[in-house]
Amino acid sequence: MNTPVALTTKKDWMSDQEVRWCPGCGDYGILQAVQQLMPDVGVSPENTVFISGIGCSSRFPYYMNTYGMHSIHGRAPAIATGVAVARPDLDVWVVTGDGDALSIGGNHFIHALRRNVNLTILLFNNRIYGLTKGQYSPTSEAGKVTKSTPFGSLDHPFNPLSVALGAEASFVARTHDLDRKHMMEIFRAAHDHRGASFVEIYQNCNVFNDAAFEEVTGRKVREEMMIDLKHGQPIRFGADGHKGVVMGTDGQLRIVNVADVGEDAILVHDAHREDPGLAMALARLSHSDHESTPFGIFRSIERPDYGTMVGAQLAQVFQQKGPGDLGALLRSNGTWTVAAN
Amino acid sequence: MTDTVTQRTRREAETISRVVVRFAGDSGDGMQLTGDRFTSASAIFGNDLMTFPDYPAEIRAPAGTVNGVSSFQVHISDHDITTPGDAPSVLVAMNAAALKADLNRLEPHGLLIVNSDSFEARDLEKAGYTSNPLEDGSLDGYRLVQIPMTSLTQGAAEPLGVKPRDAERSKNFFALGLISWLYSRPTDPTLEWIDKRFKDLVKESNRAAFLAGYNFAETTELFEHPYQVAPAHMPPGEYTNISGNVALAWGIVAAGQLAKLPVFLGSYPITPASDILHELSKHKHFGVRTLQAEDEIAAAGMALGAAFAGHLGVTTTSGPGVALKSETISLAVSLELPLLVVDIQRGGPSTGLPTKTEAADLNIAMFGRHGEAPLPIVAASSPADCFQAVIEAARIALKYRTPVIFLSDGYIANGAEPWKLPDLDSLPDISVPFQTEFNHQAADGTMEYWPYLRDPETLARPWAIPGTPGLMHRIGGIEKQDGTGNISYAPDNHEKMVHLRADKVRAIQADIPPVEVRGDQDADLCILGWGSTWAAIDAAVQQAGREGRPVAWVHLTHLNPLPADLGDVLRRFRTVLVPELNMGQLCRIVRAEYLIDAVSISKVQGLPFSANELLAKIREHHS
Repeated sequence: MNTPVALTTKKDWMSDQEVRWCPGCGDYGILQAVQQLMPDVGVSPENTVFISGIGCSSRFPYYMNTYGMHSIHGRAPAIATGVAVARPDLDVWVVTGDGDALSIGGNHFIHALRRNVNLTILLFNNRIYGLTKGQYSPTSEAGKVTKSTPFGSLDHPFNPLSVALGAEASFVARTHDLDRKHMMEIFRAAHDHRGASFVEIYQNCNVFNDAAFEEVTGRKVREEMMIDLKHGQPIRFGADGHKGVVMGTDGQLRIVNVADVGEDAILVHDAHREDPGLAMALARLSHSDHESTPFGIFRSIERPDYGTMVGAQLAQVFQQKGPGDLGALLRSNGTWTVAAN
Repeated sequence: MTDTVTQRTRREAETISRVVVRFAGDSGDGMQLTGDRFTSASAIFGNDLMTFPDYPAEIRAPAGTVNGVSSFQVHISDHDITTPGDAPSVLVAMNAAALKADLNRLEPHGLLIVNSDSFEARDLEKAGYTSNPLEDGSLDGYRLVQIPMTSLTQGAAEPLGVKPRDAERSKNFFALGLISWLYSRPTDPTLEWIDKRFKDLVKESNRAAFLAGYNFAETTELFEHPYQVAPAHMPPGEYTNISGNVALAWGIVAAGQLAKLPVFLGSYPITPASDILHELSKHKHFGVRTLQAEDEIAAAGMALGAAFAGHLGVTTTSGPGVALKSETISLAVSLELPLLVVDIQRGGPSTGLPTKTEAADLNIAMFGRHGEAPLPIVAASSPADCFQAVIEAARIALKYRTPVIFLSDGYIANGAEPWKLPDLDSLPDISVPFQTEFNHQAADGTMEYWPYLRDPETLARPWAIPGTPGLMHRIGGIEKQDGTGNISYAPDNHEKMVHLRADKVRAIQADIPPVEVRGDQDADLCILGWGSTWAAIDAAVQQAGREGRPVAWVHLTHLNPLPADLGDVLRRFRTVLVPELNMGQLCRIVRAEYLIDAVSISKVQGLPFSANELLAKIREHHS
């Protein structure tokens, strides 16, 4: 870790494989953002590992000139846990989707966050199953009409951020595929955070769920619909910051006109607060794609990462007992000797 | 104090060659502990021995009922033995339910020692007796000895200030003391163990109960005289008493050392495999990382991730866990990474008989994956055998970059036997080099790394781990082009890869020993065994030989690939019997593989074969 990292360019992080997502897919923008960011994060390609599950987004590792594994549906966080715990020296990324992480792989997702394994988890949320050609996902809105729900989905969706916060995640953020600068800023912070970092990326599937986030992230509505969270700053948005978020005496967050309540009443964002209550409230501020929705870093707290703790415990036992001695181990339950006759 | 006890053993001991003792009581009575201590004292004394713990799945079934009976059988001998004995010659029954559950196992005229305090009306009712067996003459065929163990234990412990209710809990030590005198076991090892294991009043109470039992047996005239089982004539060397799961855990530690790799165990608790996780988690100073995963799937995934990162990845489980890990094992087949999957088989399907033994996972090990996904299978034959067999499994996994399924079972896992410690220098070097250089020249002359460029001899692909400069590469579950490892859906390439993966596993035949035929080479009848049936087959083959019925015997460690000469060897015999604790899974494989008319001997009762059961089959097929 202490050896200087050779300078790289974006090209050094691009594999020789042709990128094969559908033309117009939001995944291209995310790949661009990651490849453009990597030369600046201070690691070398050989010490970087991308692990994915199954789904359109999970093709991601093939396009990165790093070590990588395209694994099985939902299991990327578990496999990546093995990599990161075995080798805390590596920079391990998980690329997953809403079906991969929140449906078939829900269990591994929450436990990787709970253990605070040193992973940077990028969840491409397009609210649809793309690879299997258009079934509803665990983040699809209720009533969604898809191939598998011709009369509308009856499922209540997950809010990925509140799942992550409920799972004790130490870093939780949201960005979207149309803003490369914002993505790079968030990915950079997620990467620099030691422990499990979770980033939900609103990602457009232009084939099976086009414009799912258009009412929030569309260029024309963005200013009024996206709430940019900055640690230590009042939560304001809209033209000239005329709107803001306040916490009522009932503990509920509400969107108000700043002019109505005065600047001092506006809630100041605190991403470093140990208690996840505020982050949770912000994560649940918006319940549909017609409401103003927060983006940025909801929560970022310090907590020892799992791989480092495992290594420290090994070192501690080594300190106490000395290096393992196989001969002594085999004799540890007592022995007796049968003499030659 | 202990010296006094030993010296007071005045009555002359009668020497016998072997004895099988079964301790039976309520789950909470500490029968496993009692049996284990008797075993240890016998091991230290130098007897050969084999144990068979037999307990219910419920941690605490209703006290006093037949369902809650926990037993421990141990066979001690002055000669080489392999089984825990068919019928016990001594049954110690701590309550009415234990008598009810285990009396049918006791040999005719066997010694039956009962705790007469636990035969009150309520005890009899809970055990399902309508009349008191101690009084109704139903035990006339046995040598019945009634001892009020509970009250005698209380009497011994009360002067120390132990409350009667607490003192009662020491009654298993009274029984242990009694049997220790009866079979002339040294007392010191047990007393030292009590001092180490317990504290304060509990320690004093257990000591008092143990000595009271010993003295009671010595003083009263209930037993004519003690017995003596002389030390066995075992090959010279240093021995320890070892259970299968501990031998397996130590074998994994050793495999890591021999491979010069850190060990990474991903595991989820499951009976009867959890003890391997417990044991390995103690040995962090060997560089062993253990992670109790969120589920079986994650446990396998973590081990595979660690293998990708350059560790010896291991996951341990039982049948239901193997089913859950199946997709990950298939991924390991496709990725061609080393992965050790340990299956401690138990009765199935589903939850089945979690604490009882069965060997019915050979089919899932062979065939339990989607697609054509062959992998090597190695099976242990006895508790001590687990040590070297699991090293062999790790060797194959590492050398051929493949998942290997290692089969043990509940009987091997929990059973114990003396183990002559191996010469550490004789253990194999199983280390394999990581790839650190480019291995292919591109058309334009530049050097590059091809992750699927195979070793022509082993067909193994190179293993380049993250952190290696220049060798960055991507692998995945999608079919890949041989050589480059790039995604390929080409029809011919897929067929080539399917065959290559199969050829790689088959090529291991050249790297495993030929079949060893035991017993009588010229016999007409051959027994083909694998796994824990080893013990019963060994005893049955020896007995058949003494009866003038020559039998040959082949016992397999490698179940996939099978040894190259197995077909030729089996064809030499007129009759091939395949005893298995399943419905004939190996038998079906050898019939299909070699077109021989092998005969299955099947048992699926959650219990191992007895030697007599196999002997009866040998007699039946011997003409």
